[in-house]
Amino acid sequence: MIQLSHVYKTFNANTINEKKALVNVNLTIESGDFITVIGGNGAGKSTMLNLIAGVFPCDGGQILLDGEDLTRQPEYRRAKLLGRVFQDPMMGTASEMGIEENLAMAYRRGRRRSLRWGIRQEERALYREKLKTLELGLEDRLSSKVGLLSGGQRQALTLLMATLQKPRLLLLDEHTAALDPKTARKVLELTDEIVERDRLTTMMVTHNMRDAIRLGNRLIMMHEGRIILDIMGEEKKKLEVKDLLEMFEKASGSEMDNDRMLLS
Amino acid sequence: MSLFFQSLLGATEGAVAQSILWSIMTLGVYITFKVLDFPDLTVDGSFATGGAVSAVLVTQGVDPLLSLLIALLAGMACGYVTGFLHTRLEIPGILAGILTMIALYSVNIRIMGQSNTSLLGVSTIFTVLSGMFAGMSMNLLTILVGSVFAAAVILLLYWFFGTEIGCAVRATCNNEYMVRALGVNTNYTKILGLVLSNGLVALSGALVAQNQGYGDVQMGTGTIMVGLASVIIGEVLMGSRFSFAYKLISAVVGSVIYRVIIAIVLQMGLQSTDLKLLTAAMVAVALAIPVVRKRMLKKAPEEEQEDAE
Repeated sequence: MIQLSHVYKTFNANTINEKKALVNVNLTIESGDFITVIGGNGAGKSTMLNLIAGVFPCDGGQILLDGEDLTRQPEYRRAKLLGRVFQDPMMGTASEMGIEENLAMAYRRGRRRSLRWGIRQEERALYREKLKTLELGLEDRLSSKVGLLSGGQRQALTLLMATLQKPRLLLLDEHTAALDPKTARKVLELTDEIVERDRLTTMMVTHNMRDAIRLGNRLIMMHEGRIILDIMGEEKKKLEVKDLLEMFEKASGSEMDNDRMLLS
Repeated sequence: MSLFFQSLLGATEGAVAQSILWSIMTLGVYITFKVLDFPDLTVDGSFATGGAVSAVLVTQGVDPLLSLLIALLAGMACGYVTGFLHTRLEIPGILAGILTMIALYSVNIRIMGQSNTSLLGVSTIFTVLSGMFAGMSMNLLTILVGSVFAAAVILLLYWFFGTEIGCAVRATCNNEYMVRALGVNTNYTKILGLVLSNGLVALSGALVAQNQGYGDVQMGTGTIMVGLASVIIGEVLMGSRFSFAYKLISAVVGSVIYRVIIAIVLQMGLQSTDLKLLTAAMVAVALAIPVVRKRMLKKAPEEEQEDAE
C-alpha cells in the first residue's frame, strides 16, 4: 500500500515563474491497483510520479510505502521498490551499452553491487527467455548496443527492465506518448500483459482517454495540481470518454481545452 | 642527414621509454575523459603529487615499490576531493578540477618542503633494477618496467569495468537518470571514477619522478593536455569501434606516438618551450575534426538540393 498524504510541490517558489505543481494531494494506492492518470498539461501528473520516485523532494507532506517513510529517501535508495518507464525512450536505457548489459544492471536494481562480474552466464538464458516474450527478435541480439534499437524497442526493453525485479510499484510516465500509434499500441498491450501476469501495482500516466478507461481498475483525473476525480471498480468499467469530459467540466469548472486529450 | 636520423633514433628511444611511464597517466585520463565524460583538470596537480610523495618517501629510505603504492593512494585522495567538490557541493566539473589542482600546488610543496626533491644517489626501482641487470640500457629497462605496469593497469581496468560496480560507473556517464532509477548512487560512481583515475595519474607521476631522478612541483603542468592528446591520437590511429581492452591499449599507443611526434619536432628545431602550444593545437584540432566533419556533411545535402532545383 502506498500512501501520499498532504503532498505539496511548488516549482520556482517566490519568483515570477512560480508554479504550484501539486496542492494537498492525498492518495492511497492499494496493492494490486492499476491506476490510470489523466489530466491536461501541467496538471501535476508527472510531478506526482517524480515525487514518488524521489527525483525531487516534496515541499510538504508524506509518502509511505507499506509503512516505510520514503519522503526523505534519495532516489537511488527508493529505486529498489520502484520500476519506472519514462516518456522519452532515451531515458530508460544506456545507449552505449549492450542489451544484456542494460538488463544486467536492471536485474541488480535494489541489490548491493559488488566486484563480481557484471553479467553471469546463467543470467543470459533468463534474459533471452524474457526478451522472447516481447516478440521483437531482441533475444538474438543480446550484445547489440541499445542505441541501435528503435524507440519502440527501447521502450519495450525499458518496460522489461523495470519489471525484471518485481517492483512494489510500477510507474509509467506517458511511456507510449513518443511512439507512433502502432508501436504505442504494441507497447501498451505488452504493459497490460506484464502487469496482469505479475500482478503489479501500477500507476500509468496517459494522454489517451480511451486507454485510460480501457486499462486498469482505477482512474484518476488531475487538474492544477489536485486530484479532481477518482473512479474505481464497476463505476470505472461503465465510463465513456464523453462522461469523462463532463465530469472534468463539472469538477474543474472549466472546459477541457487540451486538444491532445480530445483528439486521441 | 644521417647524423640527423641517428640523433633522432636516440631521441626516439628515450621518448618511447618516457612515454610508457606516461601512458599510465593517459589511462587515468581515459577513464575521466572517455568513460565519465568529465574533463578532469585535477591531473595536473595529482601527477606532481604522485611524484612528490614518491620522491620524498624514497629519500626517507622507504622501499621504492612501496612508495609507488602510497603515491597511488595519495592520488586517489586528490580524486576524491574533486569528486566531493563536484557531486556533494555541485561545483561544475572543470572548476572542481581546477580548484583541486591549484590547491595541490601548495600541498605538493608542503609534501616536499621545497619546490623539488632530488633523488641523486638514492635508490629507486630503476637504479635497483639496473644493478640487477647490469648489461641493460636505462631506456630498455624503463620500457620493460613501464610495460609491466601498463599491462597490469590495463588488466585491472578491464576487470574493474566488467564488474557490477564498474558497469554502473560506465553507465553513469551514458545515462545518469537510468542509473539512479536502477538504484545506484551516481555521486558515488562519479567519485569512484575520479578516485581511480587520479590514483593512476599519481602512480604515473611517481614512476616518472623515480625515472628522471627528481620530483618537482612543476612536473605536472600540462599533464591534462598530454593525456588528452594521447587519448585522441590513440583513438584516431586505432579506431574506436572495438572492445574496451582494445581502447585501453589504444590510449597507451597514443601516448607513445605523442612522445615520438614531440621528439621529431624537437629534432627539427622547435624549442621545448613551444611544445605546449603544439600540444594544445593538436588537441584543439582533434576535438574540432568531428564538429567540422558534421557541419560539412550537413551542408552537402543542401547543395545537392540546390543542384536538383
